[in-house]
Amino acid sequence: MSSEALLSVRDLRVAFGPVEAVRGLSFDVRAREVFALVGESGAGKSLTARALLGMVPRGATTGGRVRLRGSADLAAERGRRITLVPQDALSALSPVHPVGDQLAAAVRSVRRLSRGQARARAVAALDRVGIPDAARRARAYPHEYSGGMRQRAVIAMATVNEPDVVVADEPTTALDEERREQVLRVLAEQREAVGAALVLVTHDLEVVREHADRVLVMYAGRAAEVGPSGHVLGRPRAPYTAGLLASLPQDGPRRHRLPALPGTPPAPDALGPGCAFAPRCPLATAPCRDHEPEARTVDGRLVACHHADDLSDPLREFV
Amino acid sequence: MNSPLLDVRDLVVRYGPVTAVDRLSFTLDAGETLALNGPSGCGKSSTALAVLRLRRPDGGKVRFEGRELTNLTERELRPLRPRMQPVFQDPYGSLSPRHRIRDAVAEPLKVQGTWNRTDGPARVAELLDRVGLDPSYGDRRPHELSGGQCQRAGIARALASRPQLLVLDEPVSALDASVRAGVLNLLSDLQDDLGLGYLFICHDRAVVRHFADRVVEMRDGRAVPA
Ligand SMILES: Nc1ncnc2c1ncn2[C@@H]1O[C@H](COP(=O)(O)OP(=O)(O)OP(=O)(O)O)[C@@H](O)[C@H]1O
Ligand code: SF4
Ligand SMILES: [Mg+2]
Repeated sequence: MSSEALLSVRDLRVAFGPVEAVRGLSFDVRAREVFALVGESGAGKSLTARALLGMVPRGATTGGRVRLRGSADLAAERGRRITLVPQDALSALSPVHPVGDQLAAAVRSVRRLSRGQARARAVAALDRVGIPDAARRARAYPHEYSGGMRQRAVIAMATVNEPDVVVADEPTTALDEERREQVLRVLAEQREAVGAALVLVTHDLEVVREHADRVLVMYAGRAAEVGPSGHVLGRPRAPYTAGLLASLPQDGPRRHRLPALPGTPPAPDALGPGCAFAPRCPLATAPCRDHEPEARTVDGRLVACHHADDLSDPLREFV
Repeated sequence: MNSPLLDVRDLVVRYGPVTAVDRLSFTLDAGETLALNGPSGCGKSSTALAVLRLRRPDGGKVRFEGRELTNLTERELRPLRPRMQPVFQDPYGSLSPRHRIRDAVAEPLKVQGTWNRTDGPARVAELLDRVGLDPSYGDRRPHELSGGQCQRAGIARALASRPQLLVLDEPVSALDASVRAGVLNLLSDLQDDLGLGYLFICHDRAVVRHFADRVVEMRDGRAVPA
């Protein structure tokens, strides 16, 4: 498996002082695939996304290892072979420079090209993401763009240097359904066009179902389940994945009771010694409260649950 | 047949030259959920504000419990206001950060003049219990609650004045799936028990399909075929 890995992450940890928010994540991203990181607010998705680029917030310490195939120094590849579309997309654009200049500067930061050549690439990238009249719009400032156009410009910025990996943190969360589909389409097209892998961070299981090849379901800074998204969402084996799926509104009798999980996800400074999901898990037993489960391979995916072997269909326990 | 709880006819809302709601009509019965669905900026929230008369419509009529609201003065509206209550999207923004939860829930009772020191606190505890919050949460301030708990507190506050109509503007959009399910279940139970009418504004189609009896699909301020 690691021989195929383009990006390989081992025992990644991110902590603020004594409090660990990302607690030992391991996964591989393969060339050209869409790899989703899914989980609820506070699970540690954004910290993980930023750690992949070596861009954690001030005051954070990291542990573990992130490797990009064929590169000795990951930091040198940032913005080049690996790029980020941040959760707060606007922060990726400077308000005081025309959008085209910013793209051209990004191009010239990694390639020795003339201003004219860099500019042509910038305009081509804007055109590729569907900005109408790209040559003229390249001279405009971000605030002269509509929200949807800005989102596209940020995607152009992340793909203009034809990276191997694009990390997109909640690229669609603030958008309504139509715009969400548009942005995901643009991301998918750009990924195809430049041949990049996409690490797609989202809390939306429907987005994962539609767009991801493989998925890592994250809870309280750890992986609950990792595998092909069809498998994981079609037949979850981790109770958390099952609970999350069961709580989605389904087509069914109107207003049937949704199986809601009790409580809320835990804060990183309030974790006990056992499985982080135990306080909300209807399947928890005594060992669950004492020891955190290790991930192991079950049914073609990795599952971190003490009862992964005896629970062949945890979804049944929720509905 | 009884008249509907809410009857909106040819509603128009303008902001300067922009027409946000353009001759929109719908009715809502007690015990029923009508969803307004559509992309951002299509006029859903402007409709909510006009129904609640937090904004005076620029045209059309809004009848609530058989009374025409359009030309009422603020003073004439006052006795009707408690019967139609909003619940907004941002669970933290809709409660004052400085007030304890129990004071936020008591406030509508005080405004209405139905608060008294002997039964008031018990009524607040009952309301918190009703929305599935342990009454001990009453001592906390909004930032000491989770998003779902805060949204429940907002619903408790809306229920305090015994409304017939709740105008729910994206009430679950800010919540995670596992928490959202609990709030949707709560809204269903309250509707069954109290016969509330819900005007339910939501851009998430799966939630709308699950929760609403009927849907008005909106584009550019108008109803369009679904
Ligand atoms: N700069 C910081 N200082 C201290 N704690 C932080 C900081 N940034 C994040 N955290 C904490 O780390 C945990 C994970 O945060 P993160 O932003 O990665 O979550 P997330 O999964 O991206 O959530 P969301 O879906 O809300 O974006 C949270 O508990 C958060 O409060
Ligand atoms: S280890 Fe126990 S508590 Fe954790 S998910 Fe599995 S069954 Fe539930
Ligand atoms: Mg995040």
